[in-house]
Parts: sequence; C-alpha cells; structure tokens
Amino acid sequence: MAIQRKANIHILDGNQAAAIAAMMSRVQVIAAYPITPQTPLTEQLSQYVEEGELQAEYVAVESEHSAMAVCTSASLVGARTFTATSSHGLAYMHEMLHWAAGARLPIVLACVNRAIGAPWNVLNDQQDSISQRDTGWIQIYCRNNQEILDTIIQAYRIAEQVFVPVMVCYDGYILSHTEMPVDVPTQEEVDKYLPHYKPHTVLDPAKPKNYNLVTLANPRVGVDGKLCHGYMELRYLLQEALQNSKEVIVKAGKEFNQVFGRDYANVFWEDRNEDAEITIVAMGSLAMEAIVAADMLREQGIKVGVLGLRVFRPFPKSEVVQALRKSKLIVVFDKNISYGSEGATCSEIKSALYGTYINAAVRNFIVGLGGRDVKARELVEATKKAIASLKETVVNPDYPEWICEI
Amino acid sequence: MGTRDCNHICDESSPGIGEAGRTGEWRTLMPVIDDKKCTTSRLNKPTCFLCWLYCPEAVITKGIPPLINLEYCKGCGICSQVCPVQAIVMVHEEKTAG
Repeated sequence: MAIQRKANIHILDGNQAAAIAAMMSRVQVIAAYPITPQTPLTEQLSQYVEEGELQAEYVAVESEHSAMAVCTSASLVGARTFTATSSHGLAYMHEMLHWAAGARLPIVLACVNRAIGAPWNVLNDQQDSISQRDTGWIQIYCRNNQEILDTIIQAYRIAEQVFVPVMVCYDGYILSHTEMPVDVPTQEEVDKYLPHYKPHTVLDPAKPKNYNLVTLANPRVGVDGKLCHGYMELRYLLQEALQNSKEVIVKAGKEFNQVFGRDYANVFWEDRNEDAEITIVAMGSLAMEAIVAADMLREQGIKVGVLGLRVFRPFPKSEVVQALRKSKLIVVFDKNISYGSEGATCSEIKSALYGTYINAAVRNFIVGLGGRDVKARELVEATKKAIASLKETVVNPDYPEWICEI
Repeated sequence: MGTRDCNHICDESSPGIGEAGRTGEWRTLMPVIDDKKCTTSRLNKPTCFLCWLYCPEAVITKGIPPLINLEYCKGCGICSQVCPVQAIVMVHEEKTAG
C-alpha cells in the first residue's frame, strides 16, 4: 500500500542521517567513544542532548568496551539505547557485543565501516563488522544515506520485538561523509511507527531478580521449582531468535512503507535480475557501484543483474537461492576477507546454494580494502574475467582473486 | 517437559536460600568454633563478629554464640583466618554415608 506524503528533502551525509534517526527514535541513553569516521555522528548526538533537543543521557565513556557496557546496563533497566563506532572501536567492543546479544538486549549500534590495522588505515572496508559476525547481532548493511536513516528507525522496531541487538552498517566516507538528498520524516510519523520499548528484564527491589549469573551447562530448578535453562538452552534461544527475526525484519520493512512510503519488504535489493544470466552480488554502497557496472555490461549485450545484500545476519538463505535460481554465473565482490579462505559473503552464497538444483559457477573478488577506490569498470573487467574462466577446467577455485596491483 | 516453560529468554533467576543446592556438600574442611576462646561467647555480649562479617556465604549468625549453618557452609576457611583469637579451627570431617 503506497501512501501519499510530502517529501522533506535535506542534503545530509551518512553520519547526520544516522544522528537524526537516533534522535527521532527517541533514544534515552547514548554511550559512545569517538573514532574516525564515526566521530561526527557522536558529536552531533551530544550536541542534540546538550542543546536540549534530545531528552537523553549522553554518557561520555573512556572506551568502546565501556560504551557497550553502559548500553547493556541501560537497556537492561528499560532504556532505549544507541551507540556508534568503527574499526578498532568495534573490535574493542567485541566482548560486550557478545554480552549484549547473550543478555538479549535490543541495543542499536551504527557501525561506520572502516578497515582494521595493522597497518593503520582510517578508510573504508567491511572487515570490522564482518569480524563481529558471530557475536549474535543482527547485521543490516545500507546502500545510501536514506537507507541509513530508515534502517536505524527500523532497527529499533526489529530489535525490540525479537530482543536481539541490531548493527546498522554503512561505509565510512563513501556514505558517512558524502552528502546526498535524504527524505527526513516527521516526529509524528516516527512515533506512529515506533512503540515504546518494553524490556523483558524488569529490575524491581520489591521482587529481586538475578540476570546472567554463572550458568552451568545443564538446566536446573530455580527456587520457585521451575526447570530453568542451562547455558546451552540459552544459546539455542539466541539462534532461534535470529532464525525467526527474518520474518520480523521483512514485516518491519513492509510496515515502514505504510508510514513512510519507502519499501523495505525484502532482505536484499535486486536490479535487473529477472532476465539476468549473470548476477553480481555485493553488500553496502558497493552494490550501487555494481549497478553502474551492470549498465556497462548490458550495453555490451551481457545480461547482468545485481543482488545487493541488505541483511547479512540472519543470512537469508532461501531468499538468496530463489533470487539466484536463473543465474549461470554468480560474481561476488567482497570488501572483506576471511584470511585463508575467501570473502565472507561469497562463503554465505556458496553455503546457501549447496544441495539446491542451482549449479551456477561462483567467482569471488576481493575489492576496496582500506579505502581502495572501486571503479565500475574494474567490476566490469572482473565480471568478464569470471565469464572467461568458465572455459577453464577449475570449477570451484580454492581462493578468491584480488583487484589490486600486486 | 523442556526448559522453554520457564519463559525466560536470558538467564534469569530469583535469589533464595540454597539456590545453588546444598552447597555444604562441597566442603572438605569444617569450621568449628571454640566458645571458650570466641570473644563474643566469652564476654557474653555482642562484640567482634568478624566471622559473621567476612563469611562470603552469609551462613554465620550474629548471635551469642555465633552459629554456622553447615547445610550451606562450603568450608572456605575465611572465618578461621579472620578470627583474631584463633577460636575457629578447620577440621577434617567424616561424612556419614547416604
């Protein structure tokens, strides 16, 4: 159902879009430590709080580890919480990311994607958030600044239904510091879409509770005589929550359309994939570059489509299989590398295809690490190289190719 | 019946006596208070109570004489260490079968 609403276009960079989204989501506690390229986002939020525009507690912490510890505590006692970080900051948060997910707290984190040292590098790739893949967080990647604003608002709606924290990832500089038109909703619209946060943990001195104490492997009976989860049952429930979250993500995307007139009813974006023989797969802003590459390849008579992954965790296996069912060749571009293996999205695609009737060749290219510019013509050349490789005898190369000058 | 019926989604419990079971069974050494040496008992008035204060399991009463709940005392020996008059000794206990 499309709705008629007046657009309110502002020219915003990605960090500004994220700050506005957090403010309009009426976050109550923000704890963050500045790190490039996330810094302008936290500066903006602290300014909103200082000027009284946002009624929230801004906790200036001494580290990202503490930032996530503050968010965890605040979320546990019922506050809607937000934080943002990049690169080494996210790495430093690692332990508490596990804690937030394990405690099932609906925290939203904006990860402004940046490379990780050594050597030092402040520019974009997706190694930071991919390295946190297995912490139990939902991960959603944005293609442009409108998606950043929209996804952060949706993230609260998703997180607070499934009680799993959500990491909203967007490319450093390419999006965080690049201005583009963004339709900013009204506060009334956001309020209509986002209900108040109802925590599953209630701390009441009259009815004391223990949360997340030492929990042994096996279930045990509590003082009330109920059989309570052991450690393993709790891990099962977290996995189950992520499995079930896919439906909630799609529903939240559809409902978003009903209020804001922008549709997020799918876990990835497709461009001209209906008649495509070759599908390019990419995540984040790289998917936009892939669309330009597809234009160029189509001009040359090669039927290319694009699949831009939006939701990386939970990984939408069946949907990906459905979208790739007609492809003869799948070319996956990754801005990350699982050293000794291949790009993370390529592994996911291959895993999704296993055991299906789809017998497409999959080729993986590592691109754009540490802010290396990714040109559409390079994606075109790589895709042509992948096409040519189909004549070779190696069906499934062990390792990816790199687009660099080694 | 599985654990799902407890309706918790993270680890959750209510505090209560013996929540972790009869932890006294973990004990290998048992504290024994000598009332003739214990300052509180000897003077017959509330004094000292360092054993009560330091017991990490809160199983020693603040009474005259102080009493140790052996159902839950894990036998850590801290009371014996902090007693200024060495009134508490840790002894090997013969556990009865069954």
